[in-house]
Amino acid sequence: MNLETLPLQVRDWIVGRFPDALQWLVHHLLSITAILTVFGLFFAFTTIAERKLLARLQNRLGPNRSGLPWFRSLKLWGLTQPFADAIKAITKEDVVPAAADKVLHFLAPVVIVAFSLLGFAVLPFGRHLIPVELDAAILYFFAAGTATELAIFMAGWGSRNKYSLLAAMRALAQLISYELPLILSVVPVVMIVGTLSTQEMVLAQGGWTWGVLPHWHVFTPWGFAGFLIFLVAALAESNRSPFDLPEAESEIIAGHLTEYSGFKYALFFMAEYFGLTALSGLGVTLFLGGWQAPCAFLEFIPSWLWFMGKLASMIVFFIWIRGTLLRLRIDQLTRLSWKFLVPLALLNLGNAAFWALTPGWTGPLALARWAVSAAIIIVPFFLLGRRLSAGYAPRTYRYAA
Amino acid sequence: MTLALLLIGFLLLAAAGAAMLSRNLIHSALLLTGAWAGIAGFYLWAGAEFVAFAQVLVYVGAVSMIVLFAVLLTRQGATTAPVEFDSFRRAAAGIITAGGVMGVLFGAILGTPMDVTSAPPPASITVRQIGAQLMGPHAAALLIVGVLLTVALLGAIVIAAVDKPDDPAP
Repeated sequence: MNLETLPLQVRDWIVGRFPDALQWLVHHLLSITAILTVFGLFFAFTTIAERKLLARLQNRLGPNRSGLPWFRSLKLWGLTQPFADAIKAITKEDVVPAAADKVLHFLAPVVIVAFSLLGFAVLPFGRHLIPVELDAAILYFFAAGTATELAIFMAGWGSRNKYSLLAAMRALAQLISYELPLILSVVPVVMIVGTLSTQEMVLAQGGWTWGVLPHWHVFTPWGFAGFLIFLVAALAESNRSPFDLPEAESEIIAGHLTEYSGFKYALFFMAEYFGLTALSGLGVTLFLGGWQAPCAFLEFIPSWLWFMGKLASMIVFFIWIRGTLLRLRIDQLTRLSWKFLVPLALLNLGNAAFWALTPGWTGPLALARWAVSAAIIIVPFFLLGRRLSAGYAPRTYRYAA
Repeated sequence: MTLALLLIGFLLLAAAGAAMLSRNLIHSALLLTGAWAGIAGFYLWAGAEFVAFAQVLVYVGAVSMIVLFAVLLTRQGATTAPVEFDSFRRAAAGIITAGGVMGVLFGAILGTPMDVTSAPPPASITVRQIGAQLMGPHAAALLIVGVLLTVALLGAIVIAAVDKPDDPAP
């Protein structure tokens, strides 16, 4: 009984029960079922975690009443809330506007959920646990994400509502603006590791200095900068607060989702969380060492538990940000991307090139390597930040004490 | 394998045909995107993963957005194209243009020496090999394409930009 390969043993046992001709099909269907089940449940519990954490951040209790159907005394801290929400969403009336383009209005939520799930196929969940091992995995991941934009357009245009359409165009402007820093923040990792395969990227981050300091990319100057740019861009790509202005439920009533109700609305939310989870998984894979344990003596814990743990902490971090920061305006949003993140990401590319050219700087020169690499990114960060915020700060408070 | 190719080909041609026949420009654009995705499916069938994903990323992701934005920004509301017969001059111009493009394509395809008897290529080409090819022997071509696209981008900005003084800082 080996915990590390337990999921594979279970899969092989099930596959072995089928005739030889069907085995390849069952093999793939099982991978798909596993992804759907694990991340479906992960989505369900992310929603309850988000509601509870946000409530705590706002000094409330959050949902704590839903129990089990026949055991009313068992409250389980309201953990069954997502299933109650799902039943509500399914049983609600599905309203389709009379003037809407029926086909596109129906297709948009289907397309967005289907494509947001595709990214999970290339994430290495453990040492031996990757659904599809592709040579061009990173390229595949971003290619799978592009259909989201089409689906948002279909939702906005198919609703035949001018507010939906305007909001969809705003959402597209945001997605297109932030795709650039997102991909540019990933390129340095590709440059250093020299591969597009996600599994090899995790393997390249293996090993420890003195058994306790992991060799993750986030612990290098270029990796740290890349990770921060990736975080901001991932927030914006998945419409999360403080970049949730396509939806902005308190101001423009959910934007391109205005004409959606019932389970179609829930599908859009599902896609949003799937997209966020997949992007977090990519961030963990590229910068946080994937399934690698942080210290050598912690390796006895199975690698897939490490991956899921890191993924969950990324999600909690995103929820924390949602509870802390305020929503931006559309001009602030696009300015942040084009004038700040894109130049910094381009500089970081040069930084990674410097790092790749100087692996021979050891001993005292290693310090110089770190200093130069850090300076390449920190100095422009402050100079650019100063120039962009000139005239905006310090803020004057006229009515507040 | 042949069945898959036939299926991909049928879907691709059906999407392209429907895109031409549809009276709604937005539907046409979306169907055209479907046809581009079909081409990516064909590349996948042929074993060219890298090209397939690049096709999806560039055509389905970026070019489709340009087409949709262009349609929405230029048609001003009416997204239904006129389908009635317009004039002989217009019809003739359309047929001549289409025929010219077809002639050039056919000439290029038929004029290319296709060595079908050569040894079978290696089973799979890694992305690393493609990258080495692009950065080594074909680096000049890559750079020229990059410069060309940058010039086009700057040109588009210069043409589209309206010179207006910046908003005063709040």
